[in-house]
Amino acid sequence: MSAAVLWLLVAIVVLVAVAGTVVVLRSRRSRELPQGATRTLEPPAAPPPEAPSAELAAATEAPAAAPPAEAPAAVAPVEPAGLATRLGAARSLFDRVRGLRGRTSLGREELDEVEEALLRADVGTATTAAILEALEAAAAAKALGDDGVTGALRKELLELLGPPPAALATTAEQGRVAVWLFVGVNGVGKTTTIGKLAAAQAAEGHDVLLAAADTFRAAAADQLAMWAERAGCDLVRADEGADPGAVVHDALHRAASRSIPLVLADTAGRLHNKANLLEELKKVRRVADREPGQVVEVLLVVDATTGQNAITQAREFSQAVGVTGIVLTKLDGTARGGVVLAVQRELGIPVRLVGVGEQAADLLAFDPVAFVDALLGD
Amino acid sequence: MFDALSQRLDKITSGLKNRGRISEKDLEDALAEIRAALLDADVELGVVRGFLDGVRARCAGEALSKSLTPGQQVVKAVNDELIEILGGEPLKITYASRPPTVILLAGLQGAGKTTAAAKLALWFKSQGRSPLLVAADLQRPAAVEQLRVLGGQAGVPVFTRATDPVDVAAAGVEEAARVGRDVCIIDTAGRLSIDDALMDEVRRISARTDPHYTFLVIDAMTGQDAVGTARRFHDALDLDGVIVTKLDGDARGGVALSVRTVVGKPIVFASVGERLADLDLFYPDRMAGRILGMGDVLTLIEQAERSMDADVVSSTAQRMMGGEFTLDDFLAQLAQVRKMGSFGGLMRLMPGMNKQMREAAEQIDDKEVDRVEAIVRSMTRAERADPTIIDGSRRLRIASGSGTTVVQVNQLLRQFKDMQKMMRGMASGSMPGMPGMPGMGKMSAKMARAAAKRLPAGDVPPELAGLMGAPESPAPGIGGTARTAAPRPGGKKKKGGRVTPPKHR
Repeated sequence: MSAAVLWLLVAIVVLVAVAGTVVVLRSRRSRELPQGATRTLEPPAAPPPEAPSAELAAATEAPAAAPPAEAPAAVAPVEPAGLATRLGAARSLFDRVRGLRGRTSLGREELDEVEEALLRADVGTATTAAILEALEAAAAAKALGDDGVTGALRKELLELLGPPPAALATTAEQGRVAVWLFVGVNGVGKTTTIGKLAAAQAAEGHDVLLAAADTFRAAAADQLAMWAERAGCDLVRADEGADPGAVVHDALHRAASRSIPLVLADTAGRLHNKANLLEELKKVRRVADREPGQVVEVLLVVDATTGQNAITQAREFSQAVGVTGIVLTKLDGTARGGVVLAVQRELGIPVRLVGVGEQAADLLAFDPVAFVDALLGD
Repeated sequence: MFDALSQRLDKITSGLKNRGRISEKDLEDALAEIRAALLDADVELGVVRGFLDGVRARCAGEALSKSLTPGQQVVKAVNDELIEILGGEPLKITYASRPPTVILLAGLQGAGKTTAAAKLALWFKSQGRSPLLVAADLQRPAAVEQLRVLGGQAGVPVFTRATDPVDVAAAGVEEAARVGRDVCIIDTAGRLSIDDALMDEVRRISARTDPHYTFLVIDAMTGQDAVGTARRFHDALDLDGVIVTKLDGDARGGVALSVRTVVGKPIVFASVGERLADLDLFYPDRMAGRILGMGDVLTLIEQAERSMDADVVSSTAQRMMGGEFTLDDFLAQLAQVRKMGSFGGLMRLMPGMNKQMREAAEQIDDKEVDRVEAIVRSMTRAERADPTIIDGSRRLRIASGSGTTVVQVNQLLRQFKDMQKMMRGMASGSMPGMPGMPGMGKMSAKMARAAAKRLPAGDVPPELAGLMGAPESPAPGIGGTARTAAPRPGGKKKKGGRVTPPKHR
């Protein structure tokens, strides 16, 4: 009997048997939170007074719109117009939805228009259905509001997205080196995002160290090195094929010895359905979380052109290393990135940052109001 | 076939049994389900509409089949329609009479162009050609360096210049002609299709280099945006084909259908991994199954082939076929299977999962699998060899050793016993189901059939034959063709008893 067929049979049996076993075992236990994932990652309870500078300034573009006196809960200092104009390409999609503003009743036609607009934005069938249901409930309760259908839709989307996300945590406990770990599948923009963040930190006079822990991709460290040079910050790298954990380890110790409070760690792009690669990533996180380091943010970088697979990415990466937020990149294109609505709804993972181009300045803090307004073309 | 989908459809079309034909209303209900499945697979909305029209035409007035349920019949029509669209005229590369044959790659940022360029170079080399890689992405930091390194791995020279992309591309083609390389592959920078300046630039590259083939490189996980992007690239460059990348992921890949429909050009290659050798020709039937969410068994098989340790697997499998399967075997196999991918992701690639299993599969936490493993590891050798000796106090010990409860240990042992029974049943050629896991028999049968398709015709071993005779309506096998006839149990083995093993990369 050929080897190919043999292992296939065993594979079936084991896979299915394990699935069955797991299903049975699961039904008997109560839900638990993933161990430790959230413990070390909450941003400091009382945001330090310099919170606005901990957020990402829109670099050279927008003036510091949020003076330090403003409550730390304030949303990004970026002007809403910044995000809106960047997302201009998305507006036309919702032109027809905008046209529904005057409509105060929710008929078949209106529902179809809204459904089409949401599906085209990659919101997905499940979340779209939920939003439509909420709209219908509002209409039934005669609670559509003054802005008619469009206004009600805007309200639903904002409710789904939740409050503006917290600023990225920049400090760790007891003088440990804070680590931001960047993870995601191939080609989404992890390295570029780190480069932009490094530039932003440098522009504010904050010291940051870059860890080129993508030791797989050809010239990945070279790519990050160029960003480090532009930002004028330190970089730790190793030869291709080296252990990524070792790079992180070296980076932490270099940062500690030079009193650099924050390390941005790049990792190799990896598809979430590859167990060995996820295991490697778990190991990298463990190393990053050991003294003198402490992982304070795990950012999943997601390409805005991604369809429903983004939900799976978020789920798998979160299970593996505990994701604290999403960086949604390439939003300057035609894709709307609506899948983040589904991710928020199904997994509770918020978008923290938005990428809108390839230059250093093209990274903005996520403002749900601006995001939805831009989408609805207000 | 397409179990989850057909089961959903069967519920809708159950009223059909009394009628001779598929009625319009029932068809519409069925098509609504298919619409949802396609949208979940990221097929573009407009493409979905057009596609459903095609299916409607196929099914209109069709008489009910004698061997398929109405739901299966509709799904078969969908599958056939998908394969037809995805397949169509394949692209056959013909080489320029005056070399080099110029190939231009374009696409969005991060699609995988640079890796694809190197893979193509390796592929052309394997076809006996001498390619030259041209690094015309001067935009992304270290992109040139990346291509240089990959070119080195592929054993293909890389040309570049520190001028501008149009100049580099043109000079690259000249260089290829000058040094006698007969294929010239030009990698370009990723660009937004709405960036006028950059789209103009790539148009100029195309004008200057006059490529024989222009391929759009697009990521398999792309969502609804794919169509607009593809259209604009096609308008600008007059594409000849499409390369879909990252198909080793678990994205359903509806982008393939969208782009094929809108651009009307064939998908030439599928990129299925990060190694340079991971470039396949595109298989429409596999893509069809994947899009419909019925899994991609053949890709699963290949992934398994690549990562599993054949010796470990085959020795255990031999014993299994003899009706033996111990917890030690289970542990060993578990390790092998885990190499293949995360459980959630792996389950998605498996066909024939019914709704219950699929939902459970979506939720599978690798930590739970860890728990199962921990329980087995907490047993002694003797206990693993013969679980019947595991009494109350042993169960207690195992539970505390693995951080679980006695109840959970009991359940595992019960499940394992059932599994052993099923294995013995498989070995003897019958196909008992597993209590609590309906559909197991069907699923194994499907996978067995898929495996059989890969063997040279007539070479199906009797053990497999037993599996394939599972009680089920004879729906066409995975891949939409009914070519593989179920072999008679106890058929002749080939002389020597060996089958040519599949190619290992």
